Amino acid sequence: MSLLEIKNLHVNVDGHEILKGINLTVNKGEVHSIMGPNGSGKSTLAQVLARRESYNVTAGEILYQGKDLLAMKPEEAACDGVFLAFQYPVEIPGITNAYFLRSALNAIRKSRGLDEMDAMDFLPLLREKAALLEMDEKLIMNRSVNEAFSGGEKKRNEILQMAVLEPKLAILDETDSGLDIDAMRIVSRGVNAMRSPQRSFIVVTHYQRLLNYIVPDYVHVLVNGRIVRSGGAQLALELEEKGYGPAEDLARSAVPAA
Amino acid sequence: MSSDAKMIQELPLGEYKWGFVTAVEEERIPKGLNEDVIRVISAKKQEPDFMLQWRLNAYRHWASLEKADAEPKWANIKYGPIDYQNIVYYSAPQKKKTLNSLDELDPEILRTYEKLGIPLHEQQLLAGVAVDAVFDSVSVATTFKEKLAEAGVIFCSFSEAVLKHPDLVKKYLGTVVPYTDNFFASLNSAVFSDGSFVYVPKGVRCPMELSTYFRINAAETGQFERTLIVADEGAYVSYLEGCTAPIRDQNQLHAAVVELIALDNAQIKYSTVQNWYPGDKEGRGGIYNFVTKRGKCVGVNSKISWTQVETGSAITWKYPSCILQGENSVGEFYSVALTNNYQQADTGTKMIHIGKNTKSTIVSKGISAGHGQNTYRGLVNILKGATGARNYTQCDSLLIGDKCGAHTFPYIEVKNSTARMEHEASTSKIGEDQLFYLRQRGLKAEDAVSMIVNGFCKRVFRELPMEFAVEAQKLLSVSLEGSVG
Repeated sequence: MSLLEIKNLHVNVDGHEILKGINLTVNKGEVHSIMGPNGSGKSTLAQVLARRESYNVTAGEILYQGKDLLAMKPEEAACDGVFLAFQYPVEIPGITNAYFLRSALNAIRKSRGLDEMDAMDFLPLLREKAALLEMDEKLIMNRSVNEAFSGGEKKRNEILQMAVLEPKLAILDETDSGLDIDAMRIVSRGVNAMRSPQRSFIVVTHYQRLLNYIVPDYVHVLVNGRIVRSGGAQLALELEEKGYGPAEDLARSAVPAA
Repeated sequence: MSSDAKMIQELPLGEYKWGFVTAVEEERIPKGLNEDVIRVISAKKQEPDFMLQWRLNAYRHWASLEKADAEPKWANIKYGPIDYQNIVYYSAPQKKKTLNSLDELDPEILRTYEKLGIPLHEQQLLAGVAVDAVFDSVSVATTFKEKLAEAGVIFCSFSEAVLKHPDLVKKYLGTVVPYTDNFFASLNSAVFSDGSFVYVPKGVRCPMELSTYFRINAAETGQFERTLIVADEGAYVSYLEGCTAPIRDQNQLHAAVVELIALDNAQIKYSTVQNWYPGDKEGRGGIYNFVTKRGKCVGVNSKISWTQVETGSAITWKYPSCILQGENSVGEFYSVALTNNYQQADTGTKMIHIGKNTKSTIVSKGISAGHGQNTYRGLVNILKGATGARNYTQCDSLLIGDKCGAHTFPYIEVKNSTARMEHEASTSKIGEDQLFYLRQRGLKAEDAVSMIVNGFCKRVFRELPMEFAVEAQKLLSVSLEGSVG
């Protein structure tokens, strides 16, 4: 069964149509990459999947595990296994990373009828995941969520959260932006360690670079609110070489003349 | 409007859980205020003459202020005129005779405090906290008196102090807040009916936390308590007050005065969790909390620290302040003030630096939700002789929704060029971005708001004694509790 089915999705943001009929199916265990130029609607798609309610869905549907995703609140989708690694993670002053993550994990566990985890059980788990991402203990134990984190630390922190919350569908929104090459390796290792037949990924990125480390099963090119090309991992290499120009031509030719 | 944005606008006040009324027989005097009323109050308390004369002087001063229409109008708060003749100035639960032990206290009152989570039976109390319970105009019980007496600490109701320790009262009363200080302080000085008195002798570290729990029960009654805390040389005391009141449509006036005095090397830590009835969602009813609190660091190396968590009252007008007279003395003010629905708060502090090398710290966190209006007003005054004075001020406002307001009026007056001043201020709004982020991780919207608010207040909560920090956190969550569905 497919994990996610997006059918003819149209989305308006502030009165502008950003997504103009997206169709996409993601099966369990697959890694899909969404590529495209700035402003093509990649982040909008990511946010709609995570149920950002200020984005207005004007047509289409999204089935997640056969259920209507668009009827879910953000926290319901999250508890059901949808995770978004944010392009711009926000700061929560005064709340430590460890406390925040345990609260989130317990909210999810509670929704599934599991016992809440106390700090004694949670800390070893958190330490194990943090080690995988080579994150300083101080960042997770003493510091407030994302406060005064560098760009790279924020992105690693997103992947740390993903590792702790173990989603079924992980959406990575430009996780590679702001990462140096070492950080990109570390983050990719964290993501790859989580690949499994039970977990699917949607990796949103501008650049092919990240896909050297996280090799996708499928690549989709999003231009002007539509997926104009789909292919295997080699499509990313082609885009790297030729740029989005040819794909944009394709998008234009796909639009009937007004 | 997105539902997150809508949700943060619609966060109503959680239900006020302390709004019940206790059925006790009251002894009260008729409404109104004149010299006879002052005499009656003083007579009921069998006060010595010096006390009566002080009250009468205060009353005459207040009457002249009232005649001159000198009720302070400068605060950033709005309310209709208060009819001072339409208030009952003394109400007390009937008692047949002097109580010898708690067992003789009206069981209804005991039950009231149990319902409020403040059991007065010593064996049920939190270990290490002594409680003075003030019910309407009078103190009804003080716990752990004997244990404190062993250490030489006096902790009793103000009325008892006037009778048993008149010399101490005479020596210190009005030395920090004179009866001429301001309109509401004058009124309090004339009619105050009870409150707490603490004296910690030289070199004594008070062996437990002291706490007063104020409860307004009677209708149409003003509450005017007066607290006086003296820490003699090298003494230390930590004191906490809590307050609640029943739900009523009418506004009720609470005009208290607190005076703190720290002699050489003494320390006083004063914490408040103020949860008077805030009024309903439309802004009807609630307490007018017009309070004068001030501490004087008289001695060298002394320290006074105020921590307040203000979630209740329809209107709060309150500036716990420090007069830093002794060399090297330290004043601190840590505050969380929350206004929701139609609550208004104009609160802050004054740090008056007189002595050399005096140091003050101000950390103020204002939270506005609903139609709440929250004002920080602070004065840091470095006088000419205060060489080497230092102040650090941090003043942050958090807005929830777009119908509330945050206002900041910091006054800084420096008359000595060696002073070092730091002022940081910020205003932020709980944004859709923050809420969406937390909800995307699985937290319910109201838990997300509560987490952001608690994080915002952390610096202040850290200053509260442990149990009360937990209380304060819960109280904030309840005050913001919403019908988010």
